Amino acid sequence: MNEALVDTLRLHPPSVIVIGASAGAVDALMQLLPPLPADLPVPVVVVVHVPADRRSALPQLFAQTSALTMCEAEDKMTLQPATVYFAPPDYHLLIEHDGTLALSVDEAVHYSRPSIDVLFESAAESRGDRVLGILLSGASRDGALGLASIREAGGHTWVQSPETAQVAVMPRAALELAPHVTLDPASMGRILADWGTRRG
Amino acid sequence: MTGVETTPDDRAADVEFELLLEAIWRRYSYDFRHYARASLRRRVTSAMRRLGVERMSLLQEALLRDVDLFTRLLTMLSVPVSDFFRDPAYFTALRQDVLPMLATYPSLKIWVAGCSTGEEVHSIAILLDELGLLDRALIYATDINPEALRTAEAGVYPQARVPGFTRNYQAAGGTRSLSDYYTAAYDRVVFDRRLRARVAFSDHSLATDAVFAEVQLVSCRNVLIYFDRVLQARAVQLFHDALVPRGFLGIGSRESLHGFATARSFEVVSREQRLYRRLA
Ligand SMILES: C[S@@+](CC[C@H](N)C(=O)[O-])C[C@H]1O[C@@H](n2cnc3c(N)ncnc32)[C@H](O)[C@@H]1O
Repeated sequence: MNEALVDTLRLHPPSVIVIGASAGAVDALMQLLPPLPADLPVPVVVVVHVPADRRSALPQLFAQTSALTMCEAEDKMTLQPATVYFAPPDYHLLIEHDGTLALSVDEAVHYSRPSIDVLFESAAESRGDRVLGILLSGASRDGALGLASIREAGGHTWVQSPETAQVAVMPRAALELAPHVTLDPASMGRILADWGTRRG
Repeated sequence: MTGVETTPDDRAADVEFELLLEAIWRRYSYDFRHYARASLRRRVTSAMRRLGVERMSLLQEALLRDVDLFTRLLTMLSVPVSDFFRDPAYFTALRQDVLPMLATYPSLKIWVAGCSTGEEVHSIAILLDELGLLDRALIYATDINPEALRTAEAGVYPQARVPGFTRNYQAAGGTRSLSDYYTAAYDRVVFDRRLRARVAFSDHSLATDAVFAEVQLVSCRNVLIYFDRVLQARAVQLFHDALVPRGFLGIGSRESLHGFATARSFEVVSREQRLYRRLA
């Protein structure tokens, strides 16, 4: 099954990976991110629901266990491969057609800013079918519509298998709306590592 | 997956989007052509849902002849989202490091560009008041959203937002109680007229209008993120031209002057708070 997914990625490689997570995010990302190789050929853009008034510690947290470069997204940054961009607290994060990131303070979506839907929909809009969308643990409905729009555009869509999620509401909401591949985060990491190192 | 090879750029919706912006520009002289695409596109799509319009080309057709429809759309495209003392540390820096330096000028002039519904203007007026500078100050508060400007001018906000305002005010080092500055009326609060006595509200676009005054401080927060690099450069140039030598510029906490030609004419006062100073 995992071999088949690696092949799918090789046949139809994404140019960006977008990840959304909420409650239970740290645990899931701690399994998913560390296996990714230092020469991952694509950028990774992540929205984690975080309280608005807190400085995000996520980039520092994951830098210790990962070979990838971790940073907090700033307006108009150009996406680079092997780099993970986290949405800053209290801003939506979007991907533009020209390969740069954009921020906005538009209204919250599903009570969240940053919102996963906003990121995912912008990825589908700007990259069409060359997107891998990953939705992880969470207690919200955010991300379900966005993941469906990535799927509709022809991209790859993975959802954390509900039984492995600390909070299964978010994965379930996505699976109710559209069919997606379900995996535990550690397998996601391994598949991406296989694809990332055996490409070409 | 489709049979016809398409790149994201040549899809019909992209063409419709560009034509819509062009129509708005030519018919109403509001220039959204150099706004950051992804978020503008989202706002157009959500406006279409609210207006009950199926396609962008239909919206364009309706807009060309219906001025009222454009007025409604304009308020939906601009993003009137603001807060009192948003990012309290920025206002602490204004209070401690910037405004005292301006106290030496016989009259203080400040431009709040993209003032939205007035929260930032009121916050700055409160700082000036607490530093004993309000009577000598003149604040230009500008925006392209006429509805937001009306709210700003009225100084009326929902009571439900006050606890948040108060928390930010205190975090920003407020020396009084925020309730000294407003009176409650039913589910709303009205901020003192005195705070706005020295404020000139006006319609001004960073995309199309010119410099209108010389100021010692420009505060333009979370507006540049809505522009592409071309329009950002124009706005930063305007700020530069409006500022006196050694005047200050403050921008949003995730915005930067990095990479603009004009940036060479500024020095960094606080990288963390995104405060800059025009070189002499
Ligand atoms: C998110 S609000 C920022 C409000 C406030 N500065 C703050 O930081 O809380 C952005 C504002 O920029 C205004 N704006 C958008 N385009 C503009 C332009 N071309 N010129 C001036 N203001 C503009 C919008 O109408 C909106 O009120």
